[in-house]
Amino acid sequence: MDLDLARNLPRAGFNFDNCKRNATLLSGGFKPPTTTKTGTTIVGIIYKDGVVLGADTRATEGPIVSDKNCAKIHYLAKNIYCCGAGTAADTEMTTDLISSHLELHRLSTEREVRVVAANTMLKQMLFRYQGHISAALVLGGVDKTGPHIYSIHPHGSSDKLPYATMGSGSLAAMSVFESRWKPDLSEEEAKLLVRDAIAAGIFNDLGSGSNVDLCVIRKDNVEYLRNYELANKKGTRQLDYRFNIGATQVLHSTTKDMHITERIEVVPMETS
Amino acid sequence: MSILAYNGGCVVAMRGKDCVAIATDHRFGVQAQTISTDFKKVFKIAPRMFLGLTGLQTDILTVRDRLMFRKNLYETRENREMAPKPFSAMLSSFLYEHRFGPYFIEPVVAGLDPKTLKPFVCNMDLIGCPNEPDDFVVAGTCAEQLYGMCETLWKPDLDPKQLFEVISQSMMNAFDRDAMSGWGATVYIIEKDTITERTLKTRMD
Amino acid sequence: MSSLGFEQFPDYQVPGVSHADFSPYESNGGSIVAIAGEDFVVIAADTRLSSGYNIHTRTQNKLFPLSNKTVLASTGCWCDTLSLTGLMKVRMQSYEHTHLKTMTTDAVAQMLSITMYNRRFFPYYVSNILAGIDKDGKGVVFSYDPIGHCERATYRAGGTAGSLLQPVLDNQIGYKNMNLNGEEPPVLTKDRAVAVASDTFISAAERDIYTGDFVLINIITADGIETKELQLRQD
Repeated sequence: MDLDLARNLPRAGFNFDNCKRNATLLSGGFKPPTTTKTGTTIVGIIYKDGVVLGADTRATEGPIVSDKNCAKIHYLAKNIYCCGAGTAADTEMTTDLISSHLELHRLSTEREVRVVAANTMLKQMLFRYQGHISAALVLGGVDKTGPHIYSIHPHGSSDKLPYATMGSGSLAAMSVFESRWKPDLSEEEAKLLVRDAIAAGIFNDLGSGSNVDLCVIRKDNVEYLRNYELANKKGTRQLDYRFNIGATQVLHSTTKDMHITERIEVVPMETS
Repeated sequence: MSILAYNGGCVVAMRGKDCVAIATDHRFGVQAQTISTDFKKVFKIAPRMFLGLTGLQTDILTVRDRLMFRKNLYETRENREMAPKPFSAMLSSFLYEHRFGPYFIEPVVAGLDPKTLKPFVCNMDLIGCPNEPDDFVVAGTCAEQLYGMCETLWKPDLDPKQLFEVISQSMMNAFDRDAMSGWGATVYIIEKDTITERTLKTRMD
Repeated sequence: MSSLGFEQFPDYQVPGVSHADFSPYESNGGSIVAIAGEDFVVIAADTRLSSGYNIHTRTQNKLFPLSNKTVLASTGCWCDTLSLTGLMKVRMQSYEHTHLKTMTTDAVAQMLSITMYNRRFFPYYVSNILAGIDKDGKGVVFSYDPIGHCERATYRAGGTAGSLLQPVLDNQIGYKNMNLNGEEPPVLTKDRAVAVASDTFISAAERDIYTGDFVLINIITADGIETKELQLRQD
């Protein structure tokens, strides 16, 4: 009994139970299923007082948009954020995992974590999985050694750069940076530059779209500007698609009433 | 053909004003052959939460059982009802655990938060990338058709009666253009004090 | 893991990765919708031309007027579209010179089918919809598969977002799955046809990455062709 229970309990790490079965199924001539990808334009730059990260908000499944407003700038630590491109689940889970490692690291060292530590943890994890975790990341943050931007590739290589772009819209965004980035930009200039780079990706790359997200990380505070600009709004429909009640034919219907008769009242705890 | 389309079927969920709706078709087939027309892909998880699973039927049943086990364990340990949001988080990490040997399913969660009664809909890909929009979510072999229907018919703050019409019409017209789904449909409307289950009259071909 | 589709490279083009095999076809995206009424027909297409994740142009008209009563809308492999419509125009002209009259919509429909079947084993990779006024003055829509199968219909959607749009037309134009309590479905007006056509494109632009920018609408009546334009999402 105990053993039976234990077998079903979630254990840490990946589970490879289905691998053999799946390989057999796939060898029977079936196409592998598609995962949600973030085609994505993600960028990060260093400016005078910190870093600015930017991302679009489209997630795709093949040619279909599966999420029109997803958040691609992930929290890693109070002073570090990370943009993710590639397989959506991978970027989400990898950043979540590293974020929790970084918090444990902060507690055990009793210091604010450095961006270079986040970079090392991410690249070591990605290298361990030999590119099978397809996450392309732009990591940015400010620590006591100053502002930093890293771009990390799915196989675990990384570059330390003053400005970086990733994803299918990376070329469109990089063209903006290559023509207009310079050292010691002001915050307003930096935000505008990042916005323009993301907009270049949104409008010129089909894998990127919808809105612009920004994240400004300064020496001692962070401003996460979710939906900084709604670059694309849904058009207004000309007709009102309202149905007459009863337009759908029903064979049978059952209603379950929950009859909520109980009422929960909060009794303040006696503290005297 | 993808393994996700081996047995066919589809699920859609929508948010309304203080209510949510989730709908499923009834087909269970093996490729082009229809085996049965009473396989509902939506399961009741909690009093106000439903889980829809499309994809490979064997995995639908396995995942449903495994999730129920984990959810019951959570409720026993915490002594409270599981809300849709933590349930989705649990489902997401369960699917990502099988990142390199996935279950061939696409889940949809719909429900009301047991405390705040806020509507919640969510879907995921087969490795657990969560998507929580404020309009509607779709899954299954006729996902494209459902996207087209829902984008046209859905609008914010639909009352339960209108929501039922919108979700039913979206579902029926979408699966009529897909050979792998259909053969009857069931719609669940979840409100704070009632749950209405309606079986629709649809084409059976 | 390549057996699971999780490959080493992302599915967009990466510089330095060479592709050994040549493929003669390319999908350049785009969608079309046509709705026929009693004495008119509405045909609409978006204006985005793309390949992969790149946009070639945002203002490509995909509606080809073949006569003042017939319009052909065509998407798919754009070079095939150009070649096919070019050939159609030549054959129409030669018919006009031989018989001293313009081809009727039904005749054009038949000729298009034959022209496409001529390439049975190296087909034009196109999704075609032909709309026009037939010899009785009624609106009519013909839809085709890439090798020339022709089907007469009253409404039809095609192209990359065809599967998104067709059920909407079934519901809003064909009144499918709707209980009308024994009443006849209302007669389709020109305004409603134009409104439904543009609304379906708004929906398609939301979810299909290959559909967007603008939608061009042609309204064909016995008096000629009227053109309308509507802006869509640009991303």
